[in-house]
Amino acid sequence: MYNSIVLVKQVPDTANISGTVMKDDGTVNRSKLPAIFNHEDKVALELALQLKDKFGGKVTAITMGPPRATDVLRECLFMGADEVYLVTDRKFAGADTLATSFVLSEAIKKIGDFDFIFAGRQAIDGDTAQVGPQTAEKLDLPQISYVEQVIDLKEKSVTIKKKIDGGHEILKAKLPVLLTVIKEAANPRPFSAKKVMAFKGAKSLTELEAMTEGNSLLYIDKLVHEFQSRNLFIKTLTSDDLKLDLEKCGIKGSPTKVYKIESVILAGGNQTKIENSKKGISQLVDKLMEDRIFG
Amino acid sequence: MPNFFLDNKDIQFHFNNLNIEDVVKICEDDFHDSKEYDYAPINYEDALENYRKVLEIVGDLSGNFISQRATDVDIEGAVFQDGKVSYAKGTKENLTQLAQADLMGMIFPRKYGGINFPFTIYMMAVEIISRADASLMNIFGLQDIADTIKKFGTEEQRQEFLPKFCTGEYTGAMALTEPDAGSDLQAVKLQAYQDEKGAWFLKGVKRFITNGNGDVLLVLARTEAGTKDGRGLSMFACYGDKTVKVRRIEHKLGIHGSPTCELQFNDTPAQLIGQRKFGLIKYVIDLMFRARMGVSAQALGISQAAYEEALKYAKEREQFGKAIYNIPVVTNMLIDMRVMLESNRTLFYSTSKFVDRKEKVEELIEKYKAEGKSFSEENIKLKHLTKIANLLTPLTKFILSETANKITYDALQIHGGTGYMREFKVERLARDARITNIYEGTSQLQVVAASGGVINDVFAELFIEKENKNFKAGLIKLQNHLKEIRLIYLECLKYVVEKKESSFQDVASKDLVELYSYIYIGYLLLDEAEKDDRKIFIANRYIINALANAKKNAESIKAELFSDILHADKILI
Repeated sequence: MYNSIVLVKQVPDTANISGTVMKDDGTVNRSKLPAIFNHEDKVALELALQLKDKFGGKVTAITMGPPRATDVLRECLFMGADEVYLVTDRKFAGADTLATSFVLSEAIKKIGDFDFIFAGRQAIDGDTAQVGPQTAEKLDLPQISYVEQVIDLKEKSVTIKKKIDGGHEILKAKLPVLLTVIKEAANPRPFSAKKVMAFKGAKSLTELEAMTEGNSLLYIDKLVHEFQSRNLFIKTLTSDDLKLDLEKCGIKGSPTKVYKIESVILAGGNQTKIENSKKGISQLVDKLMEDRIFG
Repeated sequence: MPNFFLDNKDIQFHFNNLNIEDVVKICEDDFHDSKEYDYAPINYEDALENYRKVLEIVGDLSGNFISQRATDVDIEGAVFQDGKVSYAKGTKENLTQLAQADLMGMIFPRKYGGINFPFTIYMMAVEIISRADASLMNIFGLQDIADTIKKFGTEEQRQEFLPKFCTGEYTGAMALTEPDAGSDLQAVKLQAYQDEKGAWFLKGVKRFITNGNGDVLLVLARTEAGTKDGRGLSMFACYGDKTVKVRRIEHKLGIHGSPTCELQFNDTPAQLIGQRKFGLIKYVIDLMFRARMGVSAQALGISQAAYEEALKYAKEREQFGKAIYNIPVVTNMLIDMRVMLESNRTLFYSTSKFVDRKEKVEELIEKYKAEGKSFSEENIKLKHLTKIANLLTPLTKFILSETANKITYDALQIHGGTGYMREFKVERLARDARITNIYEGTSQLQVVAASGGVINDVFAELFIEKENKNFKAGLIKLQNHLKEIRLIYLECLKYVVEKKESSFQDVASKDLVELYSYIYIGYLLLDEAEKDDRKIFIANRYIINALANAKKNAESIKAELFSDILHADKILI
């Protein structure tokens, strides 16, 4: 039996950026983009669920994000996660990878009891691939990134195929371990109809609070109790719950500073017409070698 | 990320106008299951929300996965090698995902592992999946053969078979047809015999068995030696074990993903389902309602896919300096296709709901019987619903499968020469559509099955009610057209009945069935047009076209177009 914690993130759907989403300064207006489950995180969840199917155990998913990130936690439940946590606080806003991995590692310490931590290699919004490795460092865990396949699992040791430039490595690690996975590692399963029906109404504290607003007949404590009893309460962890050093959270804990954002437009420049002849082709090859495209 | 449920505005329209509270109430037994299962609904609204969410999963799988694999499935097809049938790679992946999503037991009770959905919602799923890959319907849609076991089998048999259908571990097949018993199932010869202990065994050959390689086969067999008609036939369930030899699979025009098998039963151990001698006269008749609706859903899904392809191509393809979408004859063809598609869907969900209601009232009667309660009121209801389902089921299959051929034909035509090429999806759709008006009863047989209800004017009361209804101003002209069609129908009916010439009556019944369908569908569309202004366009073209066709139908009958069949030998040289 192996218990897994999966780190997931809600990201803007950068594949569907249209004209209205770009701001004049070249940055993306996130509120106009549909928010989706970061694909590699879904792959990470799938790997954890496959371990559970095979060996038993518990799968817990965590996300740090604004309240609307509860959507991806519900989706984790729809795929088969046993428990989910929303790590959220205004004080976490503006976090870079250092501050994010700090909060996540503290949340993991609080949740405890795991053999594996799975995460996607990187999120499509930041593309840093740092949060997984930094979390492992903070928890003092062995880590393997770019996991392509879990080859073998025996008692307290796991054998992994890791993708590297031009090939792969076979690595062995002791448990507990943190693995960041790439999309080739698994095909995420579809939502289960039964779980969708069971958990469609699962709500986090913020969502329940929103329900009570403007409705004097609803009391938050009662509501929380009711959702808990129906197994539909999505647990929330805030900086108070985790007793965090606020200097290490959010924008305060983030040494990364964005110096400047430039909108780079890739466009064709001068055009040269090449004759469709031996001579023309030889000119083209010379030109490409001169520009170091061939060589 | 296309979602074939969410992107289809017309299915959304039908979903939003389901009105199946009575069905759901019986289906959920007053929401009793919600105490035991966390995924059971607590009330009607909750049930609808469940159906919507689950159809979103079906739409996601269909749009993003199944449709993407359909071309490869068509090229690779199911393969027969070393006596074994294997599905195309894409088919296997599709089935794995459908099972992971808990969609292989949509209509079965929760206690067997199903999700206990009404038939109508299951039909929506079949339509959506068929749009992505028609051949997958033949495997996915066979989950309802287990319905025969659910309805007529013993509790022990239910426990044995149903849970593994629900997990997707078993797929099934319905083994009815034989080399000499196709449309005429009374001629079935496959023999069932008992050993001295009373155990049953099957011996003989079945042909054209869709998914005959399935794990569980529902087999129609002759138990009463010496009999020659339907009363000597019984229904059996057996495993597709080593005693069932697949002799070959057919090389077909379309639906390549679905294996069509010739099976040889070599003393195969089998279990009797229900009562002896009721195989054809009760159980096949019962399963035919659902099987015909399944094929209608398949035809509808293919039609939707073909329409989408045609519309997309017409907007992209430029000729004479503009998109061909803007060339009036092409625009007109597209509108014709759209009107056929939507009127078909309207008929389809109307019929689905009647079949659903009929099945639920049957369930209720069984329940009352077991509880020793009186059910006379339900019996009256059932008789009425059965009469309607007997008419509408074959009528729906007839119209939807014939028009699927017309829609795919026109969709290919709009593609021009390109459509004839393998590179474009539309040729596959045209091939896949071609089987729908043949199997589970040819169109000609559907007409025979529907003609009883048409001759008896089953909807007389409904039509009179609709003729007296105050439709909104813009629709009165159309209402008058439908009144006129009804007069034409009554006149033709009288003519055909009085003719007293059975060959003439047989041939003319197609015209009568068509006439009747115009009136029924016409009024359904008028009701929709009352709710939604856009639907006025659909009703308008449908009804004006119906009136023109009705006049042609009438002319064929009254000018005695068919009387020359008495001289067939002279004509057919």
